[in-house]
Amino acid sequence: MKIKVEDLHVYYGSIHALKGISMEIRRNEILGAIGPANSGKTSFLRTLNRLNDLELHVRMEGQVLMDGEDIQKINVSLLRKRIGMVFALPLPLPLSIFDNVAYGPRMHGIHKKKELADIVEKSLKASYLWEEVKDRLSSSAFKLSGGQQQRLCIARTLAVEPEVILFDEPCSGLDPISTAKVEEAMLELKEKYTLVLVTNNTKQAARVSDRVAFFLMGELVEVDGTSKIFTNPRDNRTGEYITGRFG
Amino acid sequence: MLRIFKTRETITKIQQRQISEFIIEKLIFLSGLASVLFVILIFVFLLKEGVSLFKTVSLKDFLIGKFWYPISDPPRFGVLPLLMGSLWVTLGAVLIAVPLGLGCAIFIGQIVPRSLRDYFKAGVELLAAIPSVVLGFVGLVTLVPLVRHLFHLRSGLTVLSGSLMLAFMAMPTIVSIIEDAFNAVPKSYREGSFALGATQWQTIYRVLIPAAAPGILAGVMLGMGRVIGETMAVMMITGNAAILPKSFFDPARTMTATIAAEMGEAVRGSSHYFALFAIGIVLFLITFLVNLVADFVLHRKK
Repeated sequence: MKIKVEDLHVYYGSIHALKGISMEIRRNEILGAIGPANSGKTSFLRTLNRLNDLELHVRMEGQVLMDGEDIQKINVSLLRKRIGMVFALPLPLPLSIFDNVAYGPRMHGIHKKKELADIVEKSLKASYLWEEVKDRLSSSAFKLSGGQQQRLCIARTLAVEPEVILFDEPCSGLDPISTAKVEEAMLELKEKYTLVLVTNNTKQAARVSDRVAFFLMGELVEVDGTSKIFTNPRDNRTGEYITGRFG
Repeated sequence: MLRIFKTRETITKIQQRQISEFIIEKLIFLSGLASVLFVILIFVFLLKEGVSLFKTVSLKDFLIGKFWYPISDPPRFGVLPLLMGSLWVTLGAVLIAVPLGLGCAIFIGQIVPRSLRDYFKAGVELLAAIPSVVLGFVGLVTLVPLVRHLFHLRSGLTVLSGSLMLAFMAMPTIVSIIEDAFNAVPKSYREGSFALGATQWQTIYRVLIPAAAPGILAGVMLGMGRVIGETMAVMMITGNAAILPKSFFDPARTMTATIAAEMGEAVRGSSHYFALFAIGIVLFLITFLVNLVADFVLHRKK
């Protein structure tokens, strides 16, 4: 078990966004999180790496433990190094391809050119982007296509050597071929990392997840093995969502 | 019955509307034209009066003459001490105001709790609302003795005092433009950087400042334009001596102060009178250039 969430509540002002979530995230699994808009799946994700701390009027109750340690007690920079995140829209920083990947390691104190070059190459290879960009590492990251930018963002996240990677609808803006490449990368990454994938695409959750959690209106309806969820869910609402009757 | 009545009403209404539309359109056109026209007229007038100086004084003597003795015999109209006075004061003000303004903008925009942000913003904007003569007066009785005392000078009426004062006057412009520039940086840059475990300062320094650089530069340029054009406060606290300043501790006189101080006593149509206009041209060109560069920098990215 990598992460344990206990009775987690999150409030944005008067909005009760997460209502008592308890679950476990296992080591080296891909946990898919599905559910309609406003179901709280993204809030859940942003609680795990404490990116919610940046929001105004946010309040949290309950506990999130990583390797048995309360995440609120871990230094926030260190926590975000250990729990990386890939966003919905591919959002490189306004830097070159190389500097985008090297940004994180640099922030954590690595400055030797050789070492950075190794990290960049390794990270880009792991996100299946190396072959496409190895000849133009110094050109702007904005010159890449959407799918390439998203894989660059994955490489950027890998470069700080996280333990857990959070994916917030990573393929929502991508074409099917790019999506396939990102999914391929995710399946490969599972060997070394623990992955949490928030997605609006239930088929994607079915394709890559080991287990799936279904969120609805701030509640966790159920979490179970992927085939169980998609063939024989315990809760009616899960079945209805998956077969497209609402959401 | 009702329908006919309604139609008739509509027709007169449409006519009325067309007339008012016509009038409003022309009025707006005129006001638009007026602003451009005034600028052109002012420049033409300035040029006409200023250029008259060069019938009696050579351009070279005016531009690089080291002495400004407008009422000696023969008079000498060297603009260099005044130009250098303006540049020294401006340089000092920029050196003080830019780091301070940048820090203030970062503090207001990024660090201060959002509930307090508006109070700080209002405070900075209030600074812009203080009339310059009031600031100059306050500077005269507080800043000038302080500078004299701190640096053991014979007089506190120095370039440094003027720079300090002007730095304060340029701050609101610099802060609000830089803050806008920070706000225009996509939220995703911040989040992306934070998500990689960068700290607040690392994010500001490595992502925010580079991304907002054009806006920061524009803020600096516009603040500079404000400083060069400022008259009242500098006239009161820089000592008003038309000599070439050699350090920040020398007194100086700026171009603006010269025009303001001497316009009243210059005989209309005399070389002195024309010389003041010639200073006006120099000033106009400098502020025009600064604004042009600021504009260019600000809109380059769009």
